[in-house]
Amino acid sequence: MSDYILEMKNITKEFPGVKALNDVNFKVRRGEIHCLVGENGAGKSTLMKVLSGVYHYGTYTGDIVYNGEVQQFKSIADSEEKGIAIIYQELALVPELSVYENIFFGHEIMNGRTIDWNKTIVEAAKVLKKVRLNIDPSTKVKNLGVGNQQLVEIAKALSKNVKLLILDEPTASLNEDDSQNLLKLIRELKEQGVTCIMISHKLKEIIAIADTITVLRDGATICSMDASKKTVTEAEIIKHMVGREIDNIYPKREKKNIGDICFEIKDWTVEDPVKGREILHHVNLNVRKGEIVGLQGLMGAGRTELAMSVFGNPTGYKIHSGELVLDGEVKKFRNPKAAIAAGIAYVSEDRKGNGLILIQDIKYNNSIANLEELTEGLAINENEEIKVANSYKDSINIKAPSIIQKVGNLSGGNQQKVQLAKWLFVKPKVLILDEPTRGIDVGAKYEIYSLMNKLVEQGMSIIMISSELSEVLGMSDRLYVMSEGTITGELSAEEASEEKVMKMAIQS
Amino acid sequence: MGEKIQETNMPQETGKVSLGKELAILVKTNIRDYMMYIALVVIMAFFTWQTNGGFIQARNISNLINQAGYVAVLAIGMTIILILKHIDLAIGYVAGFCGAVAAILMTQRGMSEWLVIPIVLLIGLAVGMYQGVLVTKVGVPAFVTTLAGQFIFRGLLNLTLQKTGTIIVPNKGFNALSNGFIPDIPGLDLGIHVLTVLIGVVAVVLVVVSQVKARRNRIKYNFSVTSAPIFVFTLVAISAIIMVIIWMLAKYNGIPWTAVIVGVVLIIYNFMLNKTRLGRYIYGIGGNDQAAELSGVNVKAVTLFAFCSMGVLAALAGILYTARLQSATPTAGLAFEMDAIASSYIGGVAVSGGIGKVTNTIIGVLVIMSLTNGMNLMGVDISYQYIVKGIIFIIAVAFDVRSRKSGK
Repeated sequence: MSDYILEMKNITKEFPGVKALNDVNFKVRRGEIHCLVGENGAGKSTLMKVLSGVYHYGTYTGDIVYNGEVQQFKSIADSEEKGIAIIYQELALVPELSVYENIFFGHEIMNGRTIDWNKTIVEAAKVLKKVRLNIDPSTKVKNLGVGNQQLVEIAKALSKNVKLLILDEPTASLNEDDSQNLLKLIRELKEQGVTCIMISHKLKEIIAIADTITVLRDGATICSMDASKKTVTEAEIIKHMVGREIDNIYPKREKKNIGDICFEIKDWTVEDPVKGREILHHVNLNVRKGEIVGLQGLMGAGRTELAMSVFGNPTGYKIHSGELVLDGEVKKFRNPKAAIAAGIAYVSEDRKGNGLILIQDIKYNNSIANLEELTEGLAINENEEIKVANSYKDSINIKAPSIIQKVGNLSGGNQQKVQLAKWLFVKPKVLILDEPTRGIDVGAKYEIYSLMNKLVEQGMSIIMISSELSEVLGMSDRLYVMSEGTITGELSAEEASEEKVMKMAIQS
Repeated sequence: MGEKIQETNMPQETGKVSLGKELAILVKTNIRDYMMYIALVVIMAFFTWQTNGGFIQARNISNLINQAGYVAVLAIGMTIILILKHIDLAIGYVAGFCGAVAAILMTQRGMSEWLVIPIVLLIGLAVGMYQGVLVTKVGVPAFVTTLAGQFIFRGLLNLTLQKTGTIIVPNKGFNALSNGFIPDIPGLDLGIHVLTVLIGVVAVVLVVVSQVKARRNRIKYNFSVTSAPIFVFTLVAISAIIMVIIWMLAKYNGIPWTAVIVGVVLIIYNFMLNKTRLGRYIYGIGGNDQAAELSGVNVKAVTLFAFCSMGVLAALAGILYTARLQSATPTAGLAFEMDAIASSYIGGVAVSGGIGKVTNTIIGVLVIMSLTNGMNLMGVDISYQYIVKGIIFIIAVAFDVRSRKSGK
């Protein structure tokens, strides 16, 4: 059992400004189930992308030794050829095609120059049996549940003769039964000689299934534990996952001036018509004047969906029950415009996709959400607009040669500041910040935290959505933890600890 | 994206670099716009040479303006549709249909042209509203909606003229829209169109004053500006071009009514796009519709407006075209949308949306219509005309796509 199928040695991967992986070592024994755990942003997915060739050879440093040979994968196709298959959290199936077409998509069974559909169907039925999925191979994938779609993905991997199967949070969107079913299948595959790497946040199932557990934190390997004797505890894993000191990167607020409840969400239940299921269940949450409320949870817990459904619901969710109370008044927002007019601002987590108009300049982005204030008669007062943009550029320290700089050419931190400037200019009562410091450097982070402190001192209410535990703990006066669309806990700053929050966040 | 900081349009450190270097930077950063002007000049020079100067004669320039009028009006509307990342394929036959309705109302109902024009514009509005509602409220892609519209309005055009065939329009006032010229100041006979010259002078003064004001403002806010010699040179060049055209028109019959109509439409749309909230929202939606929506922009309402405006402008184009031919024919409207779309793209509308200026679109119209006019003068077969226009169009867009990529 000391035979390693995979050894990743001293892997370092850098993105502009961020070291995503720092000298990571990762060894997988042949025929084991190896679980990879860590907080969001710890580097798990990046490591798997390096392995599967998404980040191709040459964009990282270090060696990938697979089956005793150093590999230089140029693309996913290269790694697949060697028997490495990766199944992502978002499934990569074509919904309108049948199960058998999907299974052999990209490696069709050919009969000369044409596809041999008969043989395809026969082979598809064989691999479906292997994953114990008892369905007609000609069913369209869109008519299957998420659990069965997951199994089709695995069948697809098996059809390629997979030796090393990587599963990225396979049970994240599955219910209890489907999860158990899937874990059972993974064990069976192990007996058939398939090695499996599984990324998961669900510690219970990790302890139940893993032979080895490796913990990543901040892009580095923390430890590898032998879990085959089932002696590893959840507490132990959590300690390794979060085990860093909260250093003083969070500026202290001089005076706390917390007032009455300003904004309240009551019994908020929402369905996503695209997914066809409820994504938020009876959420209750409030924020006081001058208070920073943290909203913690893992990716997919429903935090962004909550913010969007509250902020005028532009994605068209069905809101089944609940009400919003702002300054004692029940409100209904038909669109983001109405929410903005009432005094709510939402700073998107996806600043390039949803937040900024990258081909326009700073001045334009700064004023787009509040042109009403700059309009005189028919025309926009451009002098006033320039003054406003300049004053925000100075006050929140946007680093750019001038306000006619295109936003697409700024660094992540400065883009985030432009986003903040835009929303501060609408002068909101409640500011919802969604992952305000994602992908920006430490210096800019500190400036944004200081700005948040200044804003609440002036009486604004802030809801901060974040996956970063230490940030939520460091900044919040009070925090909520969310898991799978439900608020699983509310903690004051004093009673909150990393272990407590993590426990609530992975609770299902 | 990284930390790369790049100033747009203007060189970074003006006043500290030599004139030659500044020119080089200007050319490099504005190559896209300059190419458009160079292309226009080259095309005009080529036809002037090939027609032994016939192309550049006052009479032909007047003719060119009258010919280009309906395309210009369509292209202005199309620019907005394209900035929003939509398309309208139906405008040709909408224009043809509206022109036919105008002819029927004037000849068979005996209505005055001054009553007919607003009625037809309202019909255009209704057509735009119909297509806009399909795109925004029902969610049918604009390509499909307007392709269906092409079928429908082609049919309606044929139906309207089924009994009569081509209708000759006798109304002098109506036909003057595309054949007439503004009157001169009465009592003056200097052998030149005085009012035209006066308008030219006023235009030059307005351009100079507004440019100087804009430059002062940029200096006041510490934005980079071109150096004084280049600025003065640009002003002189623009003024000279305006005065040359005006002088040629003044020597002939003066400014055509078509130019006045296109000018008014251009000024309104340029103001709307650059100075009003609506204009900001149009660029915002084109640049990133989700971000615009989350910034409180009513994306559907703005899109609906764009289609309504397109409908009205298509009706106006139909009026201009009918007036130009002094008749309504069942073939009116054929391929109008091709010229309008090509003009917009040649004028610098980005294929990925979010970028475009109606003033540049007019340059695009001049490129396309100079090609048409010049090749007609040379007697080039219509088949070759299509091929030449297509090649120029695709070169312009390919150049645009490449220069934007390298600009980033």
